[in-house]
Amino acid sequence: MNKELKILAIIIILVGITYWGIEPYAHSKMHPHHEPATFKYEDLKPLPLKGDAKRGAQAIQNNGCTGCHSIKAAGIPAPMDPVSASASYGVNPPDLSNIAALIDKKFLANFIKHPVKAFKLEHKFGANRPFPMPDFFGSDQDLADIVAYLESIAKPQEPRGAFETACGRCHNLRYDKWTVIGPKPKFKNEVEKADFELKKAKYEANLKKYLGTTPPDLSMFIRSRGPEYIRDFVENPQKLLHGTAMPRVGLTEKATEEVIKHLEHVGDRKKEKREKLGPWVLAYFVILSILAYLWKEKIWKELH
Amino acid sequence: MAHFTKANSVYEWLDQRLALTKLWKVLAAEYWIPKNINFLWAMGVVLMTMFTILVISGIFLLMYYKPDTKLAFDSVNYTIMQEVWFGWLWRHMHAVAASVVFLVIYIHMFTGIYYASYKRGREMIWISGMLLFVTFSAEAFSGYMLPWGQMSYWAAQVITNLFGGIPFIGDDLVIWIRGNFYVSDPTLTRFFMLHVFLLPIIIMMLIGFHFYTLRIPHVNNQDGEEIDFDAEAEKYKAGLKRESKVIPFWPVFLSKDFFVLSVFMIFYFYLVFYHYEFAMDPINFDPANPMKTPPHIYPEWYFLWSYEVLRGFFFNVGPLSAMDMGLIAFGIANIIFFFLPWFDKDPTVAPADRRGGFFFWFWLMVIDMIVLTIWGKLPPTGINAYIGYLAAVGFLALWAALPAITGERRKLFWFVVIVTALLYIFGFMEYTKAMGNGFIITATFLIFYLLFFLSPVMVKERERGAQ
Ligand code: HEC
Ligand code: HEC
Ligand code: HEM
Repeated sequence: MNKELKILAIIIILVGITYWGIEPYAHSKMHPHHEPATFKYEDLKPLPLKGDAKRGAQAIQNNGCTGCHSIKAAGIPAPMDPVSASASYGVNPPDLSNIAALIDKKFLANFIKHPVKAFKLEHKFGANRPFPMPDFFGSDQDLADIVAYLESIAKPQEPRGAFETACGRCHNLRYDKWTVIGPKPKFKNEVEKADFELKKAKYEANLKKYLGTTPPDLSMFIRSRGPEYIRDFVENPQKLLHGTAMPRVGLTEKATEEVIKHLEHVGDRKKEKREKLGPWVLAYFVILSILAYLWKEKIWKELH
Repeated sequence: MAHFTKANSVYEWLDQRLALTKLWKVLAAEYWIPKNINFLWAMGVVLMTMFTILVISGIFLLMYYKPDTKLAFDSVNYTIMQEVWFGWLWRHMHAVAASVVFLVIYIHMFTGIYYASYKRGREMIWISGMLLFVTFSAEAFSGYMLPWGQMSYWAAQVITNLFGGIPFIGDDLVIWIRGNFYVSDPTLTRFFMLHVFLLPIIIMMLIGFHFYTLRIPHVNNQDGEEIDFDAEAEKYKAGLKRESKVIPFWPVFLSKDFFVLSVFMIFYFYLVFYHYEFAMDPINFDPANPMKTPPHIYPEWYFLWSYEVLRGFFFNVGPLSAMDMGLIAFGIANIIFFFLPWFDKDPTVAPADRRGGFFFWFWLMVIDMIVLTIWGKLPPTGINAYIGYLAAVGFLALWAALPAITGERRKLFWFVVIVTALLYIFGFMEYTKAMGNGFIITATFLIFYLLFFLSPVMVKERERGAQ
C-alpha cells in the first residue's frame, strides 16, 4: 500500500510539472502580461462645467447630432436606414437614447469633443482620412448640457441592450440572431430573406471599407478569449492588439460586465447546467469509489 | 456432431450451443494474473473504459455533426453545445477523454518500460501496444480537425505539410492526403471518414489483438518473476489462495481495477465539468480562417514532445536544412519506441531500480520527454531554441546509448556521450553564431547517426544469467 502511494505521488508530481509547463507557464510566455483594466480613462480630462439637461435637449439639435443619430426616446427618428448610413459614414451611427447608461461620463464628453482621440484611432483617421463624426466646435457649456441631457434620458440597460447599443453596429452575434443591421427577423418568403441578406452584405462591405477589416462575429468569444480578455480589450483595445481598428468605446465597468454577461449567455448557454450537474456526478463517483474499495478489500482479504 | 439434450433453463439452452460456461472460464474466471502487481496494472482497463466512453460519446456527437467546412463549426458549437439535450456534456466528455486517454497511454507505456514488460516473449504485446498508440494518434489528429476551428485548420495545415519533406514524392503526397492543394473541404470530409469509421475499427481490432498477445506470455509482475501459471492456478483452484502466486481476472483482478477506475473517474469528471480548457483549447473556438495565421501554432499536448524533436534542430547542417534535420529526427521519434525490445541488450526482466544503468536511462528519458513537451509549447525564441535542441538531441542520444548501457559496453557508452557533448557544444556555437555549418558539424552528426543505427545491430545481447 505504502509503495502504491509512493508511485501515485511520483505520477502526480510529474503530471503536475508538465501541466504547469504547458498551461500556466507557456500561456504566460505566449500572452505577455498586461495591466488589468481600471475603467478610469486617465488619459482624458474631466468635464470643466456642470450641465443642464433642458438646455442640452436644444443644444443636441443645434449642434447637428440628430443629423446623423436617432434619439428614439425623444421621438427623433433615424435620418437614414442602416445601409444608407453605412454608405455615407462607414457604419450606422448608434441611437443615443441610452448611450449615457453605458458610456463613462468623462469619456462621453471627451468623445463628443474629439472622437478620434477618445477612440484611440489616430493611426487610422486624420487630415487626409477624416473621421465620419466631426469634432465638436460648440462651447464647453453646450457640451456639458448635451452630456447632462443624454444622462437624463438614458435608462439602465440589461445585458442584451448593452451589447446591441455598444457593439451591435460592428459585430454580428449569430448565435443570438443578431446582425449588424439589427435582429434577424422571421422571413415570410424567400424574397424577404434575400433582401435582408443583401442589405446585410452591403452594410458589411461598407464596414470593411471603413475599418479596413471585418469585425468578427462574437458568438464564441467567451470561450475563445474568456471574460478577462474581453474586459481588458474593451477598455483599451490598443493595449492588447496594437494598431487594431477596433475603437475604445469607453464603457463603464458595469456596462462592460453586462456585455460580458450577454456574451456568456450566448456563447456558453449551458454554464449553469454544467455547474449544477457537476457536483452530483462527482458525488456519485466518490460513493462508487468507497463501495468499490470495500468490495476489493473483501475479496483481497482472503489472498494475503 | 455434439449431443444435445433437452435444456432445463435458458442459460443451459444457450450453454449447450455457445459453451458460455467454458468461454467465461477461458476469458475471465480462469484467466490468471500474477498477484504481485500494483495499481499501474489497472491502466489497461482504464484505457478500455476511456475508449468505450469515446465511442459512445462519439456516436452521440455523430448524430448532429456535419462534415462540411461551412457547417462544421456551428454544428459543434451551436447545435451540439447549445441546442441538443446534454450535447454539451457529450462533447466535453469526448474532448476530455480524448486528451486524458493519452495521459493514461503514457503512464501505461512507461509502466511497461519500467518493469521491462516488452521482452522475453512479451515483444508482441509491446508492438501491438505501439500500433495502438500510433492509430490513437491518428484518431486524435483527425478528430481535432472536425470542429474546424482555427487550430483545427492550422495544425492540419502544418502537419500535412510535413509529408512534403519526404524526398521525391513529398509534394504529390501532400496533395493526395489533402485531396486538394491546400487544406479544405475534401480534407475535412476524408478526415471525418477516418475519424468515425476506418480508424475506430482498426483500433477495435488492435485492442482485440493486444489482449490476445497477452495470453501466451501472461502479464508481468512487480519483480519480473517467471511464474509457472499452470501450477499456481492449480494451487488457487485447490483453495490455497494465500499460497498461490496468481489470481483470476474475475473477480479478483477486476475488483481492484474497478476501484482504481472509480477513483480515476472522479478525476476525469472533475476535468469534464470544471477544467476542460487544456483539452478544448480556447483558440479552437475561433472558426477556421485561412487568411489569418495564429501567432502561435502548436499541436495538442500529447504531440508536443515529438513536435519539439522536429523544431529542435534550428540550424542547417551541411547540405541538409534545419527542416530536413528536424524531419529526420521527427520520423525517428515517431517509430523508435517500436524498437525498444531490440535496443535493450539486457535479457533480465526486472524493475528498472534493479537494472543498474537502465534506471538512470529510464528517468532521463522521462525528464527529457517532459522538457520536450513543455518546450514544444513555448515560443522557440532566444534560449528556448537551444534548450529545445538539447532536449531533441538528448532524446536521440538516449536511444543511441541504450544498447551500450544495457549491453554493458563502457567504451561505446562513453563514445556516445562524447559525440553528444560535441553536438551540444557545436549547437551552442550555432546558437551564438560563433560558427557556420561546416564540415566538422556535418561529420559529427554523421558519426552520431552511425552510432544510433549501428549500436542496436552490432552490440550483442548479454548472456542470460540466472533470474
Ligand atoms: C456626420 C455624422 C455624425 C454627427 C453629426 C454626429 N455623429 Fe456621433 N457618431 C457618428 C458615427 C458614424 C458614429 C460611430 C463611429 C464608430 O463607431 O466608428 C458615432 C458615434 C457616436 C457615439 C458613440 C460613441 C461610443 O463610444 O460608442 C456617441 C455617444 C455620439 N456619436 C454622439 C454624438 C453627438 C452628441 C453628436 C453631436 C454633437 C454627434 N454624435 C454627431 C456620426 C455622427
Ligand atoms: C466601430 C466598430 C466596432 C465597435 C463599436 C466594436 N468593435 Fe470590437 N472589433 C472591431 C474591429 C474592426 C475588430 C477587429 C480587430 C482586429 O482584428 O484588429 C474588433 C474586434 C473585437 C474583438 C476581438 C479581439 C481579438 O482579440 O481578436 C472583440 C473581443 C471585440 N471586438 C469586442 C467588442 C465589444 C465587446 C464591443 C462592444 C463593447 C465592440 N467590440 C465594439 C470593431 C468594433
Ligand atoms: C478512439 C478514440 C477517439 C479519440 C482519441 C477521439 C478524439 C477526438 C478529438 C480530439 C475530437 C475533437 C474534440 C473537440 O474539439 O470537441 C473529436 C471529435 C469528434 N469525434 Fe472523436 N475520438 C475518438 C473516437 C471517436 C469515435 C469512435 C467516434 C464516432 C464513431 C467519434 C466521433 C467524433 C465526432 C463526430 C467529433 C466531432 C465533434 C466534436 O469535435 O466535438 N470519435 N474526437
